Amino acid sequence: MAMTMSQKILAAHAGLDEVKAGQLIEADLDLVLANDITGPVAIKQFAKAGAKAVADPAKVALVMDHFAPNKDIKSAQQCKTCRDFAAEQGIENFFDVGEMGIEHALLPEKGLVGAGDLVIGADSHTCTYGALGAFSTGVGSTDMAAGMMTGKCWFKVPAAIKFVLHGKPKKFIGGKDLILHVIGTTGVDGALYKSMEFYGDGVKHLTMDDRFAVCNMAIEAGAKNGIFPVDALTLEYMNGRFKRSPRIYMADDDAEFESEYEIDLSALDYTVAFPHLPENTKTPGEWGEIKIDQVVIGSCTNGRISDLRAAAEILKGRKVKKGVRTIIIPATQAVYLQAIKEGLAEIFVRAGAVLSTPTCGPCLGGHMGILAEGEKCVSTTNRNFVGRMGHVTSEVYLASPAVAAASAVEGRLATPEEVL
Amino acid sequence: MKVRGRVFRYGSDVDTDVIIPARYLNTTSEKELAAHCMEDIDGTFVKNVRPGDVIVAEDNFGCGSSREHAPIAIKASGVSLVIANSFARIFYRNSINIGLPILECPEAVKNISAGDVVSCDLDEGVITDESMGKSFKAEPFPPFIRRIISDGGLIKHIEKSQK
Repeated sequence: MAMTMSQKILAAHAGLDEVKAGQLIEADLDLVLANDITGPVAIKQFAKAGAKAVADPAKVALVMDHFAPNKDIKSAQQCKTCRDFAAEQGIENFFDVGEMGIEHALLPEKGLVGAGDLVIGADSHTCTYGALGAFSTGVGSTDMAAGMMTGKCWFKVPAAIKFVLHGKPKKFIGGKDLILHVIGTTGVDGALYKSMEFYGDGVKHLTMDDRFAVCNMAIEAGAKNGIFPVDALTLEYMNGRFKRSPRIYMADDDAEFESEYEIDLSALDYTVAFPHLPENTKTPGEWGEIKIDQVVIGSCTNGRISDLRAAAEILKGRKVKKGVRTIIIPATQAVYLQAIKEGLAEIFVRAGAVLSTPTCGPCLGGHMGILAEGEKCVSTTNRNFVGRMGHVTSEVYLASPAVAAASAVEGRLATPEEVL
Repeated sequence: MKVRGRVFRYGSDVDTDVIIPARYLNTTSEKELAAHCMEDIDGTFVKNVRPGDVIVAEDNFGCGSSREHAPIAIKASGVSLVIANSFARIFYRNSINIGLPILECPEAVKNISAGDVVSCDLDEGVITDESMGKSFKAEPFPPFIRRIISDGGLIKHIEKSQK
């Protein structure tokens, strides 16, 4: 029976020779993850079930990233709940302020996830690790609690959609434009319950950071997971980081896909999702004049070093438009340090932007950049739902770091070419 | 298991950010979460909802964040059933896990209006719009899922089955 990449990983973890779409399986997990919002609910469920110890502390990660550094007393309590639980259970992969970063940038960077892994996380953007050739998917807190207790999770084996990428994207066009283009094509439920698998000779032209951004937003098309094949670039990224041996699963030549899309990367244009759904995508000719109040560059989608480099290339020697609050958030401490070393931090501060400690903060309207009534923000984050970043009448425009930086300079939605 | 209540209607792609905005996620209290349920899509929901009421929505209900706080808020607000054309997958799983009954039934979604009184036999998957006098058949969950829901969620179900 021919299988997709995703199906092969699930079969291997279920101890089966083969699986087919629709089959219910129970599989062994390599890692379960939660954050300071979903963790406390999982810990509550864990206690309610009468569980005493996690199955394997080395396979649990808790990252304090959403409302940390603590934004208020209640958030502080939530982090404390996770901190106490980690200490009690001997969970070493507990990342607090000073060590933490945005979970989906941090775990790959720390080598806690890698090729061939099966990972669940109580965070919808857990699908990010597909960039490394892993099967990873978001679940709720109860599934996370059960995963901590048993080291296992049940899955319905997904069918898959194939995306075949060709060509090389133009400068400043990357993973974010690609995934927004894809979501604009499939719609926000176009991949519901399915795997999104990316293939083709265009893959080699996408950096790891591009691939993380693409898989990160697979959930915005409703997908269960997104995944790239492992190539030389993936192996180079994991080398020296990943604690286990990579397990490489390639799709069978005759694997079944429910549908197939061909995408010419060289023809991709800057793509922005207008309010209030990630599928409302528009390219520059359709943008019109969108005056903005804020720009956010960061998040689990676009807070990595190449994202900051792209933003810095545009902001270097320039000033953000007066009245545009520009908030730049390196996703991890390592990215932050690298930004300092490369002089990016200075470029940002001189341009009139602020450089924040790692946090999910503004992306979900938590803290560090909440929008007031009617305000508009160009953001490199992943959701532009009603009220996502603040007031219910505020608007979020999802874009790449290059477009976000150009927009900060112009004070309106703009392309890099309008600035450079 | 039978439920009955008045209908609140919503459209497609109702996301978990409008079901329970992140600004309220600094708590795990069911009561506090219920107090802000649907706030960003329907400011009067909390004031009007009564125990047993039913939410009817179109496609992709519960898309977005994995926050289990969303089905928890809906359940704690008194809602006894959510009917939709389709559900986002994490929300679907979470609802079962916390014991919130959900059903996919495009026929019902097409016909039921806001304010109608709807009753449902969850074991049979029969949804009856009492105001219209019309019934619709949804695919009921298999018995093991129904038991999880009637036990009040996966954790309570595990507790029960271990006794």
